[in-house]
Amino acid sequence: MTLATHDVRWGAGGRMIVDGITLSAPPGRILGLIGPNGSGKSSLLRLLCRLRGVASGVVTLDGRDIAALPRRELARRLAFVEQQATTDVQLTVCDVVRLGRTPHRAAFASWTEADEHAVEAALERVGLAERHDQPWHTLSGGERQRVHIARALAQDPRELILDEPTNHLDIQHQLSILGLIRRLGLTCIVALHDLNLASLFCDRIGVLHAGRLVASGSPENVLTPELIRQVFGVEVHIRDGVGGRRHIEYVVDVEPGERP
Amino acid sequence: MSHAVIGPNWAARIGVAAIALAAFIFAVALAVSVGEMTIPLPIAFRALGNGLFDLGLPVSAIQQGVIFDYRLSRAVMAALCGGALAISGAILQALLRNPLAEPYILGVSAGASTGAVCVMILGFGGATLGLSGGAFLGAVAALAVVALLATGAGGASDRVILAGVAGSQLFNAATATIVTTLASAEQARGVMFWLLGNFGGVRWPDLWVATPVALIGFVVCMINAKALDAFAFGADAAQSLGVAVTRVRLVLLATTALLTATMVAIVGTIGFVGLVIPHAARFLVGPGHARLLPACLVIGAIFMILADILSRILVPQQILPIGIVTALFGAPAFAVILYRARRPA
Ligand SMILES: Nc1ncnc2c1ncn2[C@@H]1O[C@H](COP(=O)(O)OP(=O)(O)O)[C@@H](O)[C@H]1O
Ligand SMILES: [Mg+2]
Repeated sequence: MTLATHDVRWGAGGRMIVDGITLSAPPGRILGLIGPNGSGKSSLLRLLCRLRGVASGVVTLDGRDIAALPRRELARRLAFVEQQATTDVQLTVCDVVRLGRTPHRAAFASWTEADEHAVEAALERVGLAERHDQPWHTLSGGERQRVHIARALAQDPRELILDEPTNHLDIQHQLSILGLIRRLGLTCIVALHDLNLASLFCDRIGVLHAGRLVASGSPENVLTPELIRQVFGVEVHIRDGVGGRRHIEYVVDVEPGERP
Repeated sequence: MSHAVIGPNWAARIGVAAIALAAFIFAVALAVSVGEMTIPLPIAFRALGNGLFDLGLPVSAIQQGVIFDYRLSRAVMAALCGGALAISGAILQALLRNPLAEPYILGVSAGASTGAVCVMILGFGGATLGLSGGAFLGAVAALAVVALLATGAGGASDRVILAGVAGSQLFNAATATIVTTLASAEQARGVMFWLLGNFGGVRWPDLWVATPVALIGFVVCMINAKALDAFAFGADAAQSLGVAVTRVRLVLLATTALLTATMVAIVGTIGFVGLVIPHAARFLVGPGHARLLPACLVIGAIFMILADILSRILVPQQILPIGIVTALFGAPAFAVILYRARRPA
């Protein structure tokens, strides 16, 4: 077991936003967190990488409470890709990926060959090795997301946490980002809101609803019409898709004879 | 680690440092030779050699005295002040993620002057607190007010400038109230002159305070250079890279307050240096703070020495307040930055 939560709670503005969640990430696999907007996915991810402190409960990494780990040590183990993080600073692709080496470097340490190698390897893995010197603000949304993933990989983590990495991307880039994440072979926790993408790419799925975990397990077991109706409030048909994955079809309320 | 270190390019570094040092020495020499009594550059160099290394070169006692007792201390103070304000600007811009952040615009300088005026006119704290201590408390109070206002307004990085404007107004009004109601006419004139920035009164003892503060401040900032880089994508991003965000913020905000307050207590408020120099330095050496901060120190120092020279020669027989000279150059530069910051990323 790598990263796990035990009955964690977190509130803000006088409201419970993460309300007693217990789950664990299967090593080397992808755990998808799905749930409607505002169900607490991002908040839970922030608790998982200790950007916020839990109000109660505990987040553990290999059985140790992450609150007791030094921040730098945590950052060498666990990397976070935020949703849509951007900057006004005039950075190049390589500058951004180099930031991933921050937890590995002491205050006055020089740039080492190990650092350089980690950066080049990370850029290679996301397929942006030739974009090395391109300015950040000239990149497309999908490229920015790849650069963030490369930055996270340069941290040399074993756990990777991603918050809606496919948001605002077209379908080709959604598939290629998720395909990339799958090929990394790291323990990944990914917040997603597209049920079909979750079904296609995740090994396990946790469903959040109003801050609670209402279901978890393999996509086949979790993604049922009843659960989707209860959590997302939509009617679906579920069919067998490619590779034993489920395909979810939304049923749109259309009168017979009327054209949608 | 067994991996070889990719050596920093020492030859290039030494070359850059040598050029910077030469430019600095030239600016200082120019500063000590220009004035009511113009002293030719060769004599200025000789006097500097005598004063610093006891070379015994032929220089008249008057020229030696003018250069060493008045003009050199003034030039060194200008250098420290320019460097300190430029570094403070670079730090605030990185921490607050706003290209317009700097001590003057954020009201830190205004708070420091209020603190100093409280000590000067109201006699708060007396000799124990001192002008610098009062200025430091004022600067910290201003930062706290601005932080509170900005958080209350939603905490976005653009709010901080609005909060800074409000904070500056508040503290300037406080200073004006104290001066107009409680100061004698003579005190009031002195304070007003000092508020606009003025290197005229600087003597060597001022430097015994300013030099260690500037150097320690610089070292503290350099220790945090990598952490500052990590703030590019925001505080959460920095934290997930292992930066102790709360501690780094506290330490660096306190350092900028200290740097600004020390300079304000000695020479008054000087605007725009903290804004313009970091942008110029970024243009020259890029956004990485390990290079940016030393560049700010050097460029800020040279800029302020030159601004001080201009303040003495722009209007014959008269010395302009240094704040006016820096604003003369800073305001147009500010406009350019605003214009460029308009670009949606
Ligand atoms: N710091 C905060 N203060 C107040 N409310 C918050 C805060 N952070 C999140 N929330 C609220 O918590 C809910 C869950 O947010 P979030 O975790 O971002 O959901 P999701 O990522 O699933 O869309 C939302 O209603 C949001 O408004
Ligand atoms: Mg979210």
